[in-house]
Amino acid sequence: MAAREIMSGLELDGVAVRYGGVTAVRDVALAVEAGSVLGLIGPNGAGKTSLINAVTGIVGIDAGSIRLGGKRIDGIAPHRIARAGIARTYQNIRLFGALDVRTNVSAGAFTQSKVFDERAVRALLARVDLNEVDLDAPAASISYGDQRRLEIARALASNPTVILLDEPAAGMNPVETARLTSIIRTIAASGIGMLLIEHDMTLVRAACDAVVVLNFGEVIARGTPASIAVDPLVIEAYLGADTVAI
Amino acid sequence: MISFFTSHSKLFDQLAINALLALSLSVCLQAGQLALAQAAFMGIAAYIGAILAVSAGLPLLPCIAIGALASTLAAMLLALPVRGLRGVFLAIATIGFGEILRIVANNLKLTGGGEGLSQIPSDANTFVIYGALIIVCIALYLLSRTKFALAIALTREDETAARGVGVDTAGVRFWTLALGGAIAGIAGVLYAHSNFFITPADFGFGRMEQILVACVIGGSTSAIGAVVGSIVLTLLPETIRFLADYREVTNGAILLGVVLFAPQGIAGLWRRAKS
Repeated sequence: MAAREIMSGLELDGVAVRYGGVTAVRDVALAVEAGSVLGLIGPNGAGKTSLINAVTGIVGIDAGSIRLGGKRIDGIAPHRIARAGIARTYQNIRLFGALDVRTNVSAGAFTQSKVFDERAVRALLARVDLNEVDLDAPAASISYGDQRRLEIARALASNPTVILLDEPAAGMNPVETARLTSIIRTIAASGIGMLLIEHDMTLVRAACDAVVVLNFGEVIARGTPASIAVDPLVIEAYLGADTVAI
Repeated sequence: MISFFTSHSKLFDQLAINALLALSLSVCLQAGQLALAQAAFMGIAAYIGAILAVSAGLPLLPCIAIGALASTLAAMLLALPVRGLRGVFLAIATIGFGEILRIVANNLKLTGGGEGLSQIPSDANTFVIYGALIIVCIALYLLSRTKFALAIALTREDETAARGVGVDTAGVRFWTLALGGAIAGIAGVLYAHSNFFITPADFGFGRMEQILVACVIGGSTSAIGAVVGSIVLTLLPETIRFLADYREVTNGAILLGVVLFAPQGIAGLWRRAKS
């Protein structure tokens, strides 16, 4: 038997999440490799956000293991998981709204010892294509699309191994989504692994190297974005069996 | 000027003690904790400081040290059971804690029951009280320049997101409550040692309300605002004499006015005027 290869990225194996008697996630295995983008799709209630919450330690897992760079991170406190190298954005944007843009970016580097001066903040904002923003404006006052990208900049500031993006294109118009696609690809090219939860299939097809499909908490398909789009199980999950029969 | 000072020295002392109390709550509010046990922490230290002075003849400084240590420990102990509570639930639990202590003090022989304790040496003069205020202000200023201050602000703004960037928010909540307990304790011993006698009613909900209103007037996320708010609230009944008897009414009216028209308090008005 070959020795198990230690991955530099994020690795989930047999992960289950239960809320009381309800199983939200069951036996999920997936891997986010450094420099690659893994899409995580599925209908509403499929368990996507539960899975991200499990990875970030907000909810505990009931079975399986979660590893980052080969080290187990399940069962430890959320702030320690963040320090271990996992950053995320939120489905409903969670910026520090009353604090200015500058502080929001440098807050991402809370665990880093280096001081974030104006140049460093500007450099990070440039990576998410947010060059014109007023650094002294409260984060809650900038436009919705800018807030989404500011959240990604905050995630980048922690110098993470893996970034989890929870529906980053929600509420964006097609132009903004296209911009987001190139931002995600550029970040991946810098060696960071990304797990992308998204409903916008245009973004999934353009940004992801591979896709995992969840339904009722289980993985029902995995493969390239192109193969997933024609998978009958996936179509059934999204549109229902009857539709396929017709 | 000097005669004005001596004839009003009691009021000056009160100003500084109230400022300390406002700061002790401000530390908790800055971390987003509506923890309303400051009057109880003040009372714990006041009684311990008074008993040590009356029965053991201890001088003021050790009384302050031991009293503040006791109120800090009480705050730490309280922090554990309420660690899962937020917002109004935390407020109710901490008010309950204060009420329990007040009723206990009302019925214990050690605390003199409802009659309270008297014959406390009045050795906390204006210089000592202002010395304590200055030391606390310097300590808080130094704290504001550390990373812990950022952790406090992030915890207040969004606890989940704060954890997401690596802030130990449980630690922030615990230590801000402990620090609030320490500052309230210092104020409590100074209060006992400048008032000759204390009763449980001095540390009841009325006191707590006074502290909260001072912070709300000043701006609940600003330490300077808390001090300014406490000064306004202490001086108001003195400058407008006929209001002195209606303290609770004026407090309520001021609170309502601030919440409706300037929810960020004086600190918010100041920031708006500057920008």
